[in-house]
Amino acid sequence: MESKKVLHVMYDDDGKLMAAAKQLVAKGIQIKDVYSPFPVHGIDPVIGVTRTRLAIASFMYATTGTCLALFGMWYFMIQDWPMNIGGKPSFSLIENLPAFVPVTFEFSVLCGAHGMALTYLLRNGTLPGMPASNPDPRTTDDKFVLEILTDENEMDAGALESAVNETELLELSIKEYAA
Amino acid sequence: MQQEAAIREPLILGNKNYKDITDDVVGPIQGKAPMGWKIMITITSIIAFYGVGCILYLIGTGIGVWGLNKTVGWAWDITNFVWWVGIGHAGTLISAVLLLFRQKWRMAINRSAEAMTIFAVIMAAVFPGIHMGRIWVSYWVLPLPNQFGSLWVNFNSPLLWDVFAISTYFSVSLVFWYIGLIPDFATIRDRMTKPLQKKIYGILSFGWSGRAKHWTRFEEVSLVLAGIATPLVFSVHSIVSMDFATAVIPGWHTTIFPPYFVSGAVFSGFAMVQTLLLIMRKTMKLESYIHTKHVEYMNIVIIVTGSIVGVAYLTELFISWYSGVEYESYAFINRFSGPYSASYWVMMTCNVISPQLFWFKKIRRSLVATFILSIVVNIGMWFERYVIIVTSLHRDFDPSSWGEFHATSIDVGVFIGTLGIFFTLFLLFARFFPVLALNELKSILKSSGDEQKRIQPDGKSNH
Repeated sequence: MESKKVLHVMYDDDGKLMAAAKQLVAKGIQIKDVYSPFPVHGIDPVIGVTRTRLAIASFMYATTGTCLALFGMWYFMIQDWPMNIGGKPSFSLIENLPAFVPVTFEFSVLCGAHGMALTYLLRNGTLPGMPASNPDPRTTDDKFVLEILTDENEMDAGALESAVNETELLELSIKEYAA
Repeated sequence: MQQEAAIREPLILGNKNYKDITDDVVGPIQGKAPMGWKIMITITSIIAFYGVGCILYLIGTGIGVWGLNKTVGWAWDITNFVWWVGIGHAGTLISAVLLLFRQKWRMAINRSAEAMTIFAVIMAAVFPGIHMGRIWVSYWVLPLPNQFGSLWVNFNSPLLWDVFAISTYFSVSLVFWYIGLIPDFATIRDRMTKPLQKKIYGILSFGWSGRAKHWTRFEEVSLVLAGIATPLVFSVHSIVSMDFATAVIPGWHTTIFPPYFVSGAVFSGFAMVQTLLLIMRKTMKLESYIHTKHVEYMNIVIIVTGSIVGVAYLTELFISWYSGVEYESYAFINRFSGPYSASYWVMMTCNVISPQLFWFKKIRRSLVATFILSIVVNIGMWFERYVIIVTSLHRDFDPSSWGEFHATSIDVGVFIGTLGIFFTLFLLFARFFPVLALNELKSILKSSGDEQKRIQPDGKSNH
């Protein structure tokens, strides 16, 4: 059986990377990933990266925060120990609601922001102590890399290599990897 | 690729490429600390230690060592608190509000402005903490079950809203800042050659690799955080203002306070950003990234917010007369002619007159004038809070309880100390952290770089 290979094609410009990605995808080549020092706008639909749902997650965390805050304040101020503060008694949620708006808002933001940030880090797998997986240290500086796996493509390594060589690449590295 | 009008001033000067941006920011971190930095941090650390000493003395002895008395029970502590929180607001405004408005000039200044926010909010939090007197029971501000009933905290009080507002603001700003820092820490990690440094930046960068999907998420997270940080920043200073506005003290009990405080906060925050960045760009040689245009944009924000503050001062005066409430009228007459009238006139001069000088293009684009005026504005904004707090309190409804507040050396020591801690933290940030948002600057290089604007992709010259 043929060994599995990974091609890392390096470009020195985001425009060249973009053009190359379009060119390769047009030939039916599946691009596994792109490593870049900053977000290359427009690359996602080309290589088939779908839109993230983090914003929806954030909304759900924030809504949870809203409910928790309202429930908590209802319990503390109305259910457990109602008090008459400055002639403004706390005997029902609806009467007290205006005073509860600030804390409800703050707590919703707190939950929405932190929930989303944690989800983001977990989904990315970017956590303290995780090893870096970019193929070349220059990809966080000024170089852009396309990652192509032979395993995901019908073409063999040789055909992929010649297709890649038609683009304006800077370097190409082919490595074998254990699946 | 986004295009930008050729007549718009470039945001990145000089013939820079992606690598130059990395070199300009990471170079100083890799190199030895410059002598100037060592001298500055020595001075600020000494001041910081003095401040910590004053705080410890205060905690050990009690808040009587401040100049507070029965009539003026709140003075420099709350003044400093509001001043520091206000300074923090510029960072969030730059990173969140300007992100929503797609203002690209923010990218050169957002990182350090956010750092400033975080350090300023830490300094702000010191004051209510030590004002409690018994700081070891400060957890009583949280609604925790306890053995007194449980007796809960009062959710109808703006002071408790403040607890939630400030802690949310601090932690959300910190997360926003750190998420932006992760890719830049990865850039430093991949550049470092010494194993220990590589290890430390490796941990800080959370293993960031710059994959396409990660960048998509990164941009979404930044956008959503900006979206929720924007109302947050307005709510925080509104709530701070309600600490006063919901009280029945003449001079405090006004509905104008929330917008007035928010614009004052942005006003002083931008002034502090100018003070810090004008020094930083010079000492760290970042003139290509933070230049006259950025300073001018910030000065325009200062004119707008300074004018709102000026209008608010005049509105307050007018309403105090127009309301026909004699206590209210007296509070304001006393402000500009009473024992604290000097503070009032310092505030008026620094906050109302000085920002108007920025209408002149020469002054607005002069770095020296901006630096001086930014310090003047911050002095004025400190006096604003002092005037609001002390002049309103020192005349009670009952003339037999009238009093005066005089700051003690501990009042001064604690305040100067927080300045020392703030500048120490900022200097540490400037030394070890990427002071510019590398990934964001690189993404605008092609549309807003000086050389890149001259030769647009179609090959035609624009100049």
